[in-house]
Amino acid sequence: MNQNEAHFNYILRLADTNLVLGHRLSEWSGHGPYLEEDIAMTNIALDMIGQANSLLQHAAKLEGKGRTEDDLAYMRNEREFYNTLLSEQKNIDFAFTIVRQFLSDAFDFHLYKKLESSKDETLAALAVKGGKEVTYHLRHTAAWMERLGDGTEESHARLQKAWNELWAYTADLFAMNTSDRELVKAGIAVDNETIKSAWLKTVEEVMKKAHLTMPANTWQHSGSREGKHTEHLGFLLAEMQYLHRTYPQAQW
Amino acid sequence: MTKDSQGFLWEVFIQSKPGQPHRHCGSVHAHDKEMALQNARDVYTRRNEGTNIWVVRSEYIVSSSPEDIGPFFEPANDKIYRHPTFYSVPEGVTHM
Amino acid sequence: MENSEQERNFDAKLERNETIEPKDWMPDNYRKHLIRQISQHAHSEIVGMLPEGNWITRAPSLRRKMVLLAKVQDEGGHGLYLYSAAETLGITREELVSQLLTGKAKYSSIFNYPTLTWADIGAIGWLVDGAAIMNQVMLQRTSYGPYARAMVRICKEESFHQRQGYEIMMVLAKGSPEQKAMAQDAINRWWWPSLMMFGPTDEKSPNSANAIKWKIKRESNDQLRQKFVNQTVPQAEIIGLTVPDKDLVWNESKKGYDFGTPDWEEFYNVIAGNGPCNKDRLAARTKAHAEGAWVREAAQAFADKRKELEVI
Repeated sequence: MNQNEAHFNYILRLADTNLVLGHRLSEWSGHGPYLEEDIAMTNIALDMIGQANSLLQHAAKLEGKGRTEDDLAYMRNEREFYNTLLSEQKNIDFAFTIVRQFLSDAFDFHLYKKLESSKDETLAALAVKGGKEVTYHLRHTAAWMERLGDGTEESHARLQKAWNELWAYTADLFAMNTSDRELVKAGIAVDNETIKSAWLKTVEEVMKKAHLTMPANTWQHSGSREGKHTEHLGFLLAEMQYLHRTYPQAQW
Repeated sequence: MTKDSQGFLWEVFIQSKPGQPHRHCGSVHAHDKEMALQNARDVYTRRNEGTNIWVVRSEYIVSSSPEDIGPFFEPANDKIYRHPTFYSVPEGVTHM
Repeated sequence: MENSEQERNFDAKLERNETIEPKDWMPDNYRKHLIRQISQHAHSEIVGMLPEGNWITRAPSLRRKMVLLAKVQDEGGHGLYLYSAAETLGITREELVSQLLTGKAKYSSIFNYPTLTWADIGAIGWLVDGAAIMNQVMLQRTSYGPYARAMVRICKEESFHQRQGYEIMMVLAKGSPEQKAMAQDAINRWWWPSLMMFGPTDEKSPNSANAIKWKIKRESNDQLRQKFVNQTVPQAEIIGLTVPDKDLVWNESKKGYDFGTPDWEEFYNVIAGNGPCNKDRLAARTKAHAEGAWVREAAQAFADKRKELEVI
């Protein structure tokens, strides 16, 4: 991979995570636990899909092969997606949704702060915009973590269950490949190791308020940085891409 | 099954620009203060409508009644001396 | 005879085109009529999220996906404004939701039709929102203050809904032959149900007379339906789609179109629960409500604990 290809690939990682997570949140539209929260989740989904859209435009430009953001979103296959494993996990219930979003928001919050000084100016600008958005997302999901964790016995049990299952996908958030490390040296990418302790601090503060404990099983899944996913992604893409792929030449 | 709870009713006041007064724009349901503030943000400022939000539990708002219209507001009708047009100033006087 | 004086005041207010406010005296039937109409309107917005929501995850481009998501979200917001307006009449959100789920309250029968293809999203925005807007514009001047204010806000936000739908249809109509066929098929299926949205003909509309007397409604079902047809037919022609009505003809003397009669038997059947999606729609709402119960309970429990600490 030359640097431009690596750069393209790095942007895809960020774009795909936003797109897939936004997709998952959009599945809640019309089905939320109550009306106000339905609207709130859609706001987050719109921020994330908007961010994905901008990042994919940027990636398409970097690639320089005349592909558009829609080509990248709709015409790539499962193994060509680089979103985090966490982002593609299913909604299951509101507790899973909140835990997944919170862990991801906490990561993006610290990542975007660092990306603001990337030498890729487009990326830096998107990080400033995304940083404001994710600050609100994090406030929203952290508040729900606390409510569910300190609500009823049932809500606490559901939250702890979601926490135990999704915790196994958190190391994958930080995964980097060798070309990412080259990009770090070039001042374009962020070394994810450098945000780990800040992320953990955010996570632990909220865990405490939500009365959560770490799962006994500490096994961590990995693979998304190489496009190796859980089975959930294939179905998600099948649904997302079917219409676009059915009429590949069509304008919409 | 316990009784369904959709939370309390809150009234939402939005300031549209810095320096402007807050104006009532609607209501939301929420169980606590932070949720009320966030719900107000998520429902009422999706189109760039705000720079600041107040939320207050509806039940804490004290309001006058329709029957109060006479005793509350009509006594102000004849106090025309409260308005600048009540006073005459000679022609040519400015900045007043 | 105290009531008659209050009633005279109420009538005089209507006469002067002043709004009726929550604490004002109002006849019981006026209150009942409003609760029924506003809640039905609110439920329609909420149930209306479902047929369009079907296509959010399958939207054919990122732009369309964001627009649709924002639009469906707006419907939720509109439901919320309307529930709040209904609550000023002394009914709670809990009661309103329960009336929908138990089938006690109705919602617009249009949402019991399925969205089979992407073009249906265009047809709904263009025709269904188009028909809804005719009603809503009128309701901005409705006599009940909170309802009128909710409608002002709704109309402001709705302004992009019809355009985005029409744009979808326009792009399809000038796209590939398959796309054009998809668009024509959608207008074929949505045209008549859209005309039915204005309700039965004036002589068969049981609640219309009161609604007009109380200035809740200011134009009749048939007047609004005629306006809609006059407005929409040329829009279809411009993008090369055909309105599926063999009786449609311009009538120069009334400066409007003569048009065919909707299948009222179908209309009453859909209202009675026999539409293609009645069961699915209610099942989806019931499921969301049931699966959200523990979340609402948790939020309440959390708030109660904080209240004990006096920090709420």
